[in-house]
Amino acid sequence: MTDTKYSPVIGAEIHIELKTKSKMFCGCVNNPFGADKPNIYTCPVCLGLPGALPVPNKKAIEDCLLIGLALNCKIANVSKFDRKHYFYPDLPKGYQISQYDEPFCQNGYLETSQGRVGITRVHMEEDTAKLLHSTLDGKKVTLVDFNRSGVPLVEIVTEPDIKNAEQAKELLKKIRDIVRALGVSDCDMEKGSMRLECNISLTESSSLPPYKVEVKNINSFRYFANSITYEIARQTEILSAGKLPVQETRGYRADTNSTVSQRTKEEAADYRYFPEPDIPPLLFPKAYTESIRARLPLLPSDRISSLVTQGVSQKSAELIAKNESLANLLSEIGAIDASLIAHAANLLVNKKISSRESASTIVDTIRRSNSSRISDPSVLEPIVDKVIKDNKQVVFEYQSGKLGVLGYLMSFVMKETSGKADAKIASELLKKKLK
Amino acid sequence: MLLDRQITELLAGYRDGSIDPVLVIEEAYANIKAHSQNLNTLISVVDKEKALKELSLLDKNLPLYGIPYVLKDSYVTPEIRTTCASKLLDDYVSPYSATVHQKLKNAGAILLAKGNQDAWGHGASTENSDYGMGKNPYDPERVVGGSSGGPAAAVALRMCSFAIGEDTGGSIRNPAAWNNILGLRVTYGRVSRYGCVAYASSMDTVGPFAKSAEDLAVVLGIIAGLDKYDATSSPEPVPDYAKAISTPLKKLKIGIADDMFGPGLDSEIAKNTRAFGSVLESMGCQLTSVSLPIAEVALAAYYIIAPSETSSNLARYDAVRYGGTRDLFSQETMRRIMIGSYDLSSGYYDAYYRKALKIRTILIETFKQAFKQCDVILMPENPIMPPKLGDLISDPLANMLADLYNTSVSLIGSPAIVVPSGFHANGLPIGVQLVGQKFEEATLLNLAHAYQAKTSWHLTKPAILEKKV
Repeated sequence: MTDTKYSPVIGAEIHIELKTKSKMFCGCVNNPFGADKPNIYTCPVCLGLPGALPVPNKKAIEDCLLIGLALNCKIANVSKFDRKHYFYPDLPKGYQISQYDEPFCQNGYLETSQGRVGITRVHMEEDTAKLLHSTLDGKKVTLVDFNRSGVPLVEIVTEPDIKNAEQAKELLKKIRDIVRALGVSDCDMEKGSMRLECNISLTESSSLPPYKVEVKNINSFRYFANSITYEIARQTEILSAGKLPVQETRGYRADTNSTVSQRTKEEAADYRYFPEPDIPPLLFPKAYTESIRARLPLLPSDRISSLVTQGVSQKSAELIAKNESLANLLSEIGAIDASLIAHAANLLVNKKISSRESASTIVDTIRRSNSSRISDPSVLEPIVDKVIKDNKQVVFEYQSGKLGVLGYLMSFVMKETSGKADAKIASELLKKKLK
Repeated sequence: MLLDRQITELLAGYRDGSIDPVLVIEEAYANIKAHSQNLNTLISVVDKEKALKELSLLDKNLPLYGIPYVLKDSYVTPEIRTTCASKLLDDYVSPYSATVHQKLKNAGAILLAKGNQDAWGHGASTENSDYGMGKNPYDPERVVGGSSGGPAAAVALRMCSFAIGEDTGGSIRNPAAWNNILGLRVTYGRVSRYGCVAYASSMDTVGPFAKSAEDLAVVLGIIAGLDKYDATSSPEPVPDYAKAISTPLKKLKIGIADDMFGPGLDSEIAKNTRAFGSVLESMGCQLTSVSLPIAEVALAAYYIIAPSETSSNLARYDAVRYGGTRDLFSQETMRRIMIGSYDLSSGYYDAYYRKALKIRTILIETFKQAFKQCDVILMPENPIMPPKLGDLISDPLANMLADLYNTSVSLIGSPAIVVPSGFHANGLPIGVQLVGQKFEEATLLNLAHAYQAKTSWHLTKPAILEKKV
């Protein structure tokens, strides 16, 4: 199926609804999914009534900056909103307030196990209303629910650095975990608070291909991966026949696990962007940006590497980093006795100790059982040697620079000692031997 | 007539019982009844009973207690429909109040009617209205001016004590001059735009019409200030305009630009404007020559930026809501939507819109230089006297040229006041324009007030008012 002659060029566009209290440009409640009835969270502004004016939500802007900073972006000193025009019944003003050439955040990146993926931009815009197609009095009608109109929406655009479906999934999960850790969105794809679009094309050389296919309607990471697989096959077939795939927008169909054409380039809209005159330019002085940066919590990736260096296995660290309460409990334990973190993590992840216990109770429990802890290097050394001998591939990865796999090796040491090895001493021993 | 009196005179009369506010409102309705239909001055009128009931419920201590006013029909009001002079909004009643309306209401003023205008603000004559061409009270054969022609005429015809217009490219200034009243275009951001149906958002301003500088000052003091519903409203503190008016006139430097007296300017208007300068000189001001070689280029930039913004602002009237469909847009409006859409299209944006923005920056710099040499700039208001009805509508370019001296001020966001300054040989009124630095409304009002104390042009009323009905 895959013709290795072609390498995929893949980028992602991710829309994230922020969970601010109020909407982006008005004071209406921002809770479209929790609303009991349609059109209850509306006002002249989000209905686009004559004379209404947008006033930007400071919290939403700061949340957007936080996302940008967490994705290693540069924050603009001066930025602005723009109007993006198109006609659709879910867009009450005939334009969406978005950002065109001066997004809040630009030039970021995120690491994946298959290399770095550039983040082109992170910008702020407003969500549209929602159309409901139904039948009323025997007539087919389309109803508009404006509860979602004007909900703050952050758009993240990546560089076309993604190489395959696996890397795409890893990247998207990582972004979701980061945004959740920031506490600015639930990133719930079923509720539509995280939406994905995929840009994909194939190239023979290292240069960008002369066409681009955009896939929409993707509401899971798996579907994102599926659409990549499907598109690679589809485009390979066309290219192999000596033709060029059409530049177009396609929609993913979960039932057939395929994509179908929605709109070609010739029909593409001219959005007639121009600076939003109702909102003055925004200034982000360095000190302000830094004050936002100072609010960045420990992100999942930081958390994982910090846990691993404290002797927690990679797998456990990943689990803990995703679980806010577990991570907090563990840091409380660390505050009492840092040397117990690895052991406590092991017990908590394997549910040998309830995470509902208080930090001090857990510390006491471990200390009591620690009489049997193996901290004698002469006992640990042969075990470490065995683990190194049994995992040559992992050792090679470590030695070629992937230091993260240390946790993986540590988990074998723990297994060999039934979790009784002193994590600190064992990991130091491992590091010394792997040098 | 009671409505010849200034706001402060009426309020004093209400307090000491020498004037009955009911009679003032009755008089306004009598004038509305006598002239509005003939001259197409108003689009919608509040029931008299309703207005009188509102009066009876008001707290007498309010700063504008019982003072009747007219709004341009571009301001949304829940009490009465808002058409913006377009049949597209024929039956549109807003669920909320424009900030300017709310502030006036809270101050005790009483809305009597919504004034005629060019639909969506598109025009300088009030001919482009779906509710009949606005006629000039001084000569019903001629245009009233615009786009805020209705509210301006309503003040001249004593249908109210003051009115609120909206000035984008001269829409307050032009009809003020042609109706022998005063009009104030405020600094962009001085008065909230919330609830004003948008024409060109980066230049739309909300300002008053009145018979005297003092009345303008009283009204401006109520409507000016920061509004949490308008992100472009300014936090600049609101001075006591009424007090600023009564302070002795400072010896101001008045700039006059010969560039503004070029071809296309009616010779009598030119003479009148120069004469106005001489009066200011006699009052102790100093005239100084400044350079503003910008009128035509400003007009060109304005007629790119304004249509671009209007093509965007009118996108919401897509026939999904508001009842009316898009074929109800007038020829002038469709022309502006098409020009604006073209200017913003990819491939043309750089050649038109971006270039117009650059001109705007140059204009701001040019005026900044001029204001280094003077405090206030004196300019003609209109290049021509009001044309015959139908003349401008059949000549769209002439319609745009009527804004020759207005658009540069709009683009830079400065305030400007129009003051009655005499009469043309044809019997129609002339007004001049005084332009100030940003947020210097107090200086302009002070100057206009001092001029009015020396002259009596503003006391003349349309002859039809003198006729017994």
